[in-house]
Amino acid sequence: MENTKGKKFTKGGMLAYFLRGCRLLFAASIISGLIVTFINVVIPQVISFTVDSVIGEEQPQGVAGWLAGLFGGVQAVRGRLWVPAVAVLALALVMAVFQYCALYFNHRANQSLMRGMRNGLFRHIQRLPAGWHSKHSTGDIIQRCTSDADVISNFVSNQLYQLVRIIILLVLSLALMFAMDVELALIAAAFIPLLVGYSLFFYARAGKSFRKCDEEEGVLSSIAQENLTGVRVVRAFGRERYERDKFEKQNVYYTGLWVRIERFLAAYWTTNDFLSALQCMLLIVVGTVFCLRGQITAGDLVAFISYNTMLMGPVRQLGRIISGMRRAGVSIGRIAEIMNAEEESYGEAGELSGDICFNDVSFEYEAGKPVLSGVSFTVPQGGTLGIIGGTGSGKSTLMYLLDGLYAPTGGHITIGGRDISEIPNATLRANIGFVLQEGYLYTGTVRENIAAASPSDDLQSVRRAASAACVDENVSSFPSGYETVVGERGVTLSGGQKQRVSIARTLLRKTPYLIFDDSLSAVDSETDAEIRSRLAREYGSSTVIMISHRITTVMNADNIIVMDEGRVAEQGTSEQLLALGGIYKRIYDLQMSLPDELKEGANEG
Amino acid sequence: MKGKRDFSGLKKLAPFLKTYRGMFAAMIVCTVLVGVFNTILPLFQQYAFDNFIANDTLEGLAPFIVLYILCLLVTMALDYVASFDCCKLEMYLLRDMRRAAFNHLQTLSVSYFSANSVGRVHARVMSDTSAIGSIISWDVYQGGWNVTYVISAVIIMLALDPLLALCVIVVVPLVAVASCYFQRRLTVLNRRVREINSEITGGFNEGITGVQTAKTLAIEDRLDARFSRNTARMHRQGTKLGHNRALFYSIIAFASSAALALVLWYGGVLTAENAVKLGTLTVFMTYAQGIMSPVQWSVDAIADLIAVKVNAERLSALLSTESDVKDTPEVTAKYGDTFDPKRENWEPLYGDVEFRDVTFRYPDGEENVLEHFNLKVPKGTLVAIVGETGAGKSTLVNLVCRFYEPTEGQVLIDGRDARERSVGWLHSHIGYVLQTPHLFSGTVRENLLYGNETATQAQLEEACASVNADKVIARLENGYDSCIGEDGCSLSTGEKQLLSFARAILADPAIFVLDEATSSIDTITEKLIQQAIEKLMRGRTSFVIAHRLSTIRSADVILAVHGGKIVESGTHEELIKRRGYYYGLYIKQFREEKLRRQEIIP
Repeated sequence: MENTKGKKFTKGGMLAYFLRGCRLLFAASIISGLIVTFINVVIPQVISFTVDSVIGEEQPQGVAGWLAGLFGGVQAVRGRLWVPAVAVLALALVMAVFQYCALYFNHRANQSLMRGMRNGLFRHIQRLPAGWHSKHSTGDIIQRCTSDADVISNFVSNQLYQLVRIIILLVLSLALMFAMDVELALIAAAFIPLLVGYSLFFYARAGKSFRKCDEEEGVLSSIAQENLTGVRVVRAFGRERYERDKFEKQNVYYTGLWVRIERFLAAYWTTNDFLSALQCMLLIVVGTVFCLRGQITAGDLVAFISYNTMLMGPVRQLGRIISGMRRAGVSIGRIAEIMNAEEESYGEAGELSGDICFNDVSFEYEAGKPVLSGVSFTVPQGGTLGIIGGTGSGKSTLMYLLDGLYAPTGGHITIGGRDISEIPNATLRANIGFVLQEGYLYTGTVRENIAAASPSDDLQSVRRAASAACVDENVSSFPSGYETVVGERGVTLSGGQKQRVSIARTLLRKTPYLIFDDSLSAVDSETDAEIRSRLAREYGSSTVIMISHRITTVMNADNIIVMDEGRVAEQGTSEQLLALGGIYKRIYDLQMSLPDELKEGANEG
Repeated sequence: MKGKRDFSGLKKLAPFLKTYRGMFAAMIVCTVLVGVFNTILPLFQQYAFDNFIANDTLEGLAPFIVLYILCLLVTMALDYVASFDCCKLEMYLLRDMRRAAFNHLQTLSVSYFSANSVGRVHARVMSDTSAIGSIISWDVYQGGWNVTYVISAVIIMLALDPLLALCVIVVVPLVAVASCYFQRRLTVLNRRVREINSEITGGFNEGITGVQTAKTLAIEDRLDARFSRNTARMHRQGTKLGHNRALFYSIIAFASSAALALVLWYGGVLTAENAVKLGTLTVFMTYAQGIMSPVQWSVDAIADLIAVKVNAERLSALLSTESDVKDTPEVTAKYGDTFDPKRENWEPLYGDVEFRDVTFRYPDGEENVLEHFNLKVPKGTLVAIVGETGAGKSTLVNLVCRFYEPTEGQVLIDGRDARERSVGWLHSHIGYVLQTPHLFSGTVRENLLYGNETATQAQLEEACASVNADKVIARLENGYDSCIGEDGCSLSTGEKQLLSFARAILADPAIFVLDEATSSIDTITEKLIQQAIEKLMRGRTSFVIAHRLSTIRSADVILAVHGGKIVESGTHEELIKRRGYYYGLYIKQFREEKLRRQEIIP
């Protein structure tokens, strides 16, 4: 699918866009459906002709007479009842073939539509800027990509298709009925608006009740859910009886609600059935009278009854289809909202080298709430920078800016002298290896995860990266080693293992810049130190930025900045900062001290 | 192994159905009658052709109309009863099964919930019951109608003209066989499509949750490819499903038309020879077109009934699970059961706890985690349990709370075996605060009153003030009546923790059990929590899975747990001097706490 960047869709425009690849299939499906409908309408004509002219003595007229002429006149057919039977069978065969085509093309078209829509949405969402994602909840986006997409697919492949088919069927059979007898046709037609109106009225009213029921079942479901997750609390407070009563109350309420609606539903169905049957009866009675008057033939009456039966089902569906179509507009709008959000620009990936330079950088996620203000520092190529500071001091935001996830609201960031606003995002991210604090591991094997961002998943190099991240031993100890599946349906890794797999994944990319955003927080201090020493040995030429809470993680860096409320509070080497006696010194003292009692214990021992 | 034709799972549903046997019977009788009436209706058409039109008379038209309308009215009434009974049956069965499952779960011990995931158990209560309810009602209702329609139509046709009837009947088995064949295929394909569908939803979830990872790794294209592999698979399987469905419906439709053609040919010959009247021919044509769907639906209904076996077995497995912590009949007689406690017979609990020669092994475990363990915990003692994550620190707590029973030996409460009194009695005297506090959706007040329904507003306020929860509540818009939970206001973990302390203090327990939080909570709240804990433990026998140095140091007994077993025990000073496992653990804990506390500094 092409890039949709910059395009703004109207509702209709978006639907047309998603339908691009499958319009022909849908058209083929609808045309096949129309042929089926047409044959459906023709068969009663054959039967009517058979009853009147083959079995009976009537002289065929119009098309039937002309057709009979082709077979040597009605006299030749009369007495040869296999002729109309074979005609019906032949028509049925053709109809079956087109029936298959109609359904198959429809399914296929629908599958194409869904594939295109899902791929398009996924692709687009991946490329929406981080700022967009932070404003939308995951649940809401997923809801749109699944439920709303389903509503659209149902609208196009089912509702629209049925609507076209039913309307054509109505027009064709009513036309033929009117051609046979106007008065009788009027009786049949008069019931149609009545039945459609009735079901429209019903579904409009029932829709609300159904939603209410769904909500109440949701409440019941969450009572059960909370009871199960809080089982220890329930047991420890001995509140089983209370819980029983709470569930019971909602259970009874929900049941009562449904039963009330069902009474209404059952009444609707049965009266609806009754109305259709009544109409059928009326047709038979009046038809019989007309027959006796000679106004219509017996064959006409048979055909009339057939058409009427044929119409009943679709007419009764019509109300449901029309009321269901209203939802589609809302869903299309909700998806258009996603598709109309603007993607990030990526550009072409290229080489990148040189010093990183922050110059008076400021940033705010929300206007009026600065997260960073006047931040300046330089990291020479090949150097290491440590960043330390409290939660919310803006450490991570600095790195988001560097990686082009957000754009600074003031000041400049340059790499090798180039302002990063002029460096394509693709180049930035291809050259910066950024290990997030909680990197996402994908469903798949450990090996796939480590190689997720690298050209090859050759086990040798995967293991080398893993051992630099000190996770090779852990992974090798799993029964399936590197082929262990992680994620929802696989093994659950500990927080520390996840972090180290994320590190290995980034290391394997072999980028000239490496950022570790507190990505060793769940790893113990010894392993932390080991990882750093391996990094220095094997990735020494990279420019490294380390964010941490742990003083030992940053203390060996060439330069350390201490962030406080979005500003650089202190800057220098560990020795300089210790000499300064500021925040850094306080953190250092706290973290490096031993409990007093243990010191005493040590003296005694 | 249970055979394919084993329906013992379904038999367990009998008691539920028994309550509604009248309704069930009425539904079946009515739906069968509706089926019969529906097959009779075409006979009116026959009469119209063969008596009025053929004899060129309108004599008897009035009674004909009256009878016809009467028939329609009776059908409507019967159908109303059948379908409404069916709805009621579905909902009542659903309600009863859910009630039974939920109530049964309340009597099971905690061990059941450790062995079964919440999602699974929840599905038993909500989804399996729903599947059973709808199949027992709707499939029986529709199956009943469809089977009756087929049988009744066949009987009428045979009565009218056996040879002509054969023209239609000969097609029926073909349709039945085709239905069986496609039913099976479609079930398999549908399941596959559903599976892929949930993978696609998972893919969306991955793409959206992991979007920052994708961006920083610059792997958007790869993820696109990965995602589109799944959608392509969906396309393939979905198309295959479409092919089968289309084929199936076309075959059924063709079968109908083939029967119609046969009737037209042979019936036409008979009619032309005056052996059969025109009206009879139209009746046969109606049946020829009308009988194929009922055949297909009958097959579907039967298949559904067979498939519901799985749900029924899962539900009955849940209902027949026995709790591993059960009171003896004598104890129940005196103290009451879970839902009907006899509080008037309950003695107060003083607070002495003793483990006497306790050996314990988890039901699914391979080795004993406690062996001949002895410990006396007099009233007011603070027992701290320390150890690494996953070392088995909750074992003692589980035994004190009677979430599990000792494999051998006894846990004594006030000098008497815990089993001599009911689980309910013990639980009513225990205050329990979890590491991740669990509050129920509802108001703050409802949550606080959870352990003591009769507490007054004054008691409520006092309890909240004593554990610093009053400040949390003051911040909420509606105070004690603020809703918490999904739709309500959001509370931080620390705030929830404070509320759960208040809840525990209101219950005024003699024994207090606490699993301290490890996650970092903001400093101010942490201090508040600290004070709350001290207040709570005063004068109570307390068991704390401890992470805070202050709690550990002030404990009367420290139990250090490693590899599921208690490796050291004693006071803090004793254990530090020993320089053993606890010593190393303590230094580590110390460093970690410092790391947490570092947030104070900037």
